[in-house]
Amino acid sequence: MKRFVLFVLAATSFHPAFAADGDAAKVARGKYLVTTGGCNDCHTPWHIGPSGPEPDMSRMLSGHPESLVIEQPAAVPAAPWESIASNTHTAHSGPWGVSFTANLTPDPETGLGKWTLATFTQTIRTGRHLGRGRMILPPMPIPMYRNFNDEDMAAIFAYLQSIPPVKNRVPEPLPPTTAVTPATSGTR
Amino acid sequence: MPNPVWFLTVALAAAVTDPAPLPLHLRDTGLYEQGSGTQVDPRNLAFSPQYPLWSDGAAKRRWIYLPPGTAIDASRPDAWDFPRGTRLWKEFSLEGAVETRFIERLSDGSWRYATYIWNEEGTDATLAPADGTTTRGGYVVPAEFDCRACHEGAAVPVLGFSALQLSSDRDPLAPHADARTAVDLQALIARGLIKNLSLSSQPRIAASSPVERAALGYLHGNCGHCHNKNGSPVPVELTLAQSVTEGAAGAESVLRSMIDAGGRFRPHGATAAARLITPGNPDTSVLIARVRSRNPQTQMPPIGTRLVDSEALALLERWIAQKSSAPEVLKSEE
Repeated sequence: MKRFVLFVLAATSFHPAFAADGDAAKVARGKYLVTTGGCNDCHTPWHIGPSGPEPDMSRMLSGHPESLVIEQPAAVPAAPWESIASNTHTAHSGPWGVSFTANLTPDPETGLGKWTLATFTQTIRTGRHLGRGRMILPPMPIPMYRNFNDEDMAAIFAYLQSIPPVKNRVPEPLPPTTAVTPATSGTR
Repeated sequence: MPNPVWFLTVALAAAVTDPAPLPLHLRDTGLYEQGSGTQVDPRNLAFSPQYPLWSDGAAKRRWIYLPPGTAIDASRPDAWDFPRGTRLWKEFSLEGAVETRFIERLSDGSWRYATYIWNEEGTDATLAPADGTTTRGGYVVPAEFDCRACHEGAAVPVLGFSALQLSSDRDPLAPHADARTAVDLQALIARGLIKNLSLSSQPRIAASSPVERAALGYLHGNCGHCHNKNGSPVPVELTLAQSVTEGAAGAESVLRSMIDAGGRFRPHGATAAARLITPGNPDTSVLIARVRSRNPQTQMPPIGTRLVDSEALALLERWIAQKSSAPEVLKSEE
């Protein structure tokens, strides 16, 4: 009996269908985390729908639209106001300059198509662009998201790699009109 | 009453798997002679890479410690395997020592990173916070994740101690380099500290001119740890790390990834025609724009510098101005 159980375990462990089930479960978990974690709030361009402003899911997670050209930081009202968002919710102007949300779809040239899980995890954990570059700017909640465990990071990345690719080249951030240190620390 | 054998086994296992905490003082890391806080232990070898990292003009001293009886396995000439217990230190000085960075290979093969901040008197250096800090009115001390951002992009986290960096065939035009290193590749092999290194000659970057050799060397030393093809590089199609085994073909692939290449970064107002390097035209080359910038969102390198490296910028501009789009012969000897 024990031998039979071992055989069944071995057979199921190596069967591709079971691996696929595991991948599907991981993607489903990633979808759950992405949709409840607020990623679409900024990485999907908003438009005016039948009931008012809402994410335009036909451009899901494709970041700030390159067609919406912004060349200068916005004039922010007096305190306590600090930042202003574009009507797409994808550009944010504040003391850091203007940040544009990234294209999270798997397009190889303009999205995450060439990223590895390591790139993704390093990016979220360090708060650095591409895992090793400039600091990622507000309002990206790096201080919160860096607390995802490895399993959740892998699930989120698996889901992002599974969604439809959208070719959309997001612009580089604009500097503030007067230089300030980026809000997230750690540069040297 | 716990079984003493069990207790000893658990204690030993814990000792093996959990390294001792980082010492609170630099003098306890093994850099200095017993009882001294400034006299370097002669067992630690001073060295100087031929293509040093630009750190806003800070003067640097570097040392490596290899446990007795061990050697570096250089079977992979571009990715040396350092023995467990290897330690390296790099001291940064402006007007006197400011910080000394420390990396160590642990018994499980992983690496740990720390830095120690010197007091004003230069008599003692203490462990810096892991999340970084500033000292001396604005000098930025890196966070531990900043250490990893650079060091763990390369195939091996030791960046300045490699076949090319320690080659006895030193580049006379390399910016900010010491004229010679206290210990070079030949000396290390002779002392039995490097084994299994199979190279037909001293490593040298193949280039069409001495200026190109120095420019490629600068990019290797300052950018290659993130832009490479054998480590954990950033996901852009750019290779700036040189290989000591690929000769001219390797240097050719580095050039191909830059010359007339589009790249991911596009400055505001630029069109798709913006090129990383436009031969003959440094002013329209994105590489120059980023090396020249100290806007934190644009500058290259993105970490570890807030001042432009004017000498290197001049070298890179001169190289691009001289560069031709036509194929050129890359030579790795005089």
